[in-house]
Amino acid sequence: MMSDNNEKKTASESNIVNLPSDTFINKRDMDKPLVLETRHLGIDFGGLTAVDEFNIGVGATEIMGLIGPNGAGKTTIFNLLTKVYQPTRGTILLCGKDTHGMTPAAVNEAGIARTFQNIRLFDKLTVEENVKIGLHNHINYSMASGIFRLPSYWKEEKKAHEKALELLDIFGMADQADVPADSLPYGAQRRLEIVRALATEPKILLLDEPAAGMNPSETDELMANIRKIRDEFGIAVMLIEHDMKLVMGICETIAVLNFGRIIAKGTPVEIQNNPQVIEAYLGSKKDE
Amino acid sequence: MAEEKMTKKKMSKASKNAFLNYGIVLAFFVIFQVLSSTGILSNSLKGQLIPVVSYMIMAVSLNLVVGISGELSLGHAGFMSIGAFTGVVVEAVILSNSPAAATLSKNLGLQILILVASIVAGAIIAGVAGVLIGIPVLRLNGDYLAIVTLAFGEIIKNLLYCLYIYIDDTGLHFSLDPTSLAGTTVLNGPMGATSIKKISIFAAGIVLLLVVLVIVQNLVNSRSGRAIMAIRDNRIAAEASGLHITKYKMMAFVTSSALAGAAGALYALNYSTIVPKKFDFNTSILILVFVVLGGIGNMTGALIAAAVLTVLPEMLRDFQDYRMLVYAIVLILVMLLTNNERVKVFLAGLFNKKKSKDDAKEVA
Repeated sequence: MMSDNNEKKTASESNIVNLPSDTFINKRDMDKPLVLETRHLGIDFGGLTAVDEFNIGVGATEIMGLIGPNGAGKTTIFNLLTKVYQPTRGTILLCGKDTHGMTPAAVNEAGIARTFQNIRLFDKLTVEENVKIGLHNHINYSMASGIFRLPSYWKEEKKAHEKALELLDIFGMADQADVPADSLPYGAQRRLEIVRALATEPKILLLDEPAAGMNPSETDELMANIRKIRDEFGIAVMLIEHDMKLVMGICETIAVLNFGRIIAKGTPVEIQNNPQVIEAYLGSKKDE
Repeated sequence: MAEEKMTKKKMSKASKNAFLNYGIVLAFFVIFQVLSSTGILSNSLKGQLIPVVSYMIMAVSLNLVVGISGELSLGHAGFMSIGAFTGVVVEAVILSNSPAAATLSKNLGLQILILVASIVAGAIIAGVAGVLIGIPVLRLNGDYLAIVTLAFGEIIKNLLYCLYIYIDDTGLHFSLDPTSLAGTTVLNGPMGATSIKKISIFAAGIVLLLVVLVIVQNLVNSRSGRAIMAIRDNRIAAEASGLHITKYKMMAFVTSSALAGAAGALYALNYSTIVPKKFDFNTSILILVFVVLGGIGNMTGALIAAAVLTVLPEMLRDFQDYRMLVYAIVLILVMLLTNNERVKVFLAGLFNKKKSKDDAKEVA
């Protein structure tokens, strides 16, 4: 089991290439455009520089990890990418297209979906309705056909219902479709957020601490599911996580953040052996 | 197979509530129609029937904003007012141009025609007012809508205080100068409209109420309604899921104000005289009380609260001195009871029992 894992790791790491732009991507994504690229991205809150010189590129089907100590600016970066905050500096390119001036809704339609560190579900809606909100922009009928229950309403709602159950089935949640979202257990709420994000048909999925509060067996299941999502949907995944077993287990490339700046980029093995990363996490040796 | 079953079950559950409300309205209609035709109903209560229906519509429409969209509107009477006076003007214009006006009281078809035209016009103008207010305010986050609608209600009232409308040979005239009044006066500033032909009919009001319920309930149970509720539950997550916030807030607010306008027209055409002061802040709060008392977001509750709280003061007329006291006590009791955990648990228990019985029946 153990050796099997190691074999996989070395196999995948030999597939990572470093592009001239100092971007690590998987060989299989070489001939596809980067799904997400940031250049000199930064934001100031008053006099505080929260994020600065954030440069990354994410391959079309890459699983990338974003790690760093508390307060390093990881969630701020997600908020910048999804336009919850407007960046002070720099550009974000989504499939080569500048997202400057877009609203969070427009960015989502363009292909970035996310989950939240502190779970944000539509509490009073059912599990299925939560997923249908994700599907919202793919359900095509007007307000009038909704009010007058025209044929397009029935057709599209039926389609959405089937699609929602199909997506919920990824996490084995289809039988809980009629349950109000706020009555789900914690782990299931996290999974529902992922399903809702997937329903928007993103090109890249941002997961903010997906394994927070999960036990080891749930985490293992989540890792398998993230891989499955990537393979089935052919999308990129970027995740913030403190659980190193998960990060080192599924991420193909990792960026380490400290005080708002990237201090290291590379494959999991490179990151684990990087002295700067060890210093950021454990503190430096002091000569006395 | 199992999936199919689930779909059916869920649909019946969602539409069950809606049909319950249609049933309540129809039962209300039948009971009061019978009571009034058999003469059991006192004249003062008979006069309350159309106002009750109007307030029911107001409660349902405000519930769309407060309960479904999660915004606070404190000027709903302002939209009612716009609908009311638009309706009055439309009625006066049609009657002044129609040769059949003299036989209006005998001509039910013409009455209904004018009523429908007035209600539609009232809804449209009130909807336009809703758009004008919504465009700037609904882009903002927080309590701004409450503040602006509060002011809006007062502005409409004061605007009507200095508005004079009359019809002469050359047509319809609007003026801010009371001395310019000539021909037939439609609206006489603070005195209000004083020569309305009463054309509202209880049955027509019930039909309007049913139409409003269909619109609101079907909207809530559709793609747009889902989006409106999602924005209420979590704005940030809704945006991150690709929903355009302002669009759906506008949809709820404008629909609500248009329906309030329709209710206003129905209400005004039930009286021979109506003054702008009728639709002041107190009326707005009264409608809000219907919604809060009925349970925010609960259409059935709003309907019942509107009916009971409109009729209750009338029923208590015999106890003139203690009327407001009893009214206040009823309000307080309902608030306490509906927020009491024990009562909630008790009610939930009742429902569950019923449910398990139903399930048992299904199995059998």
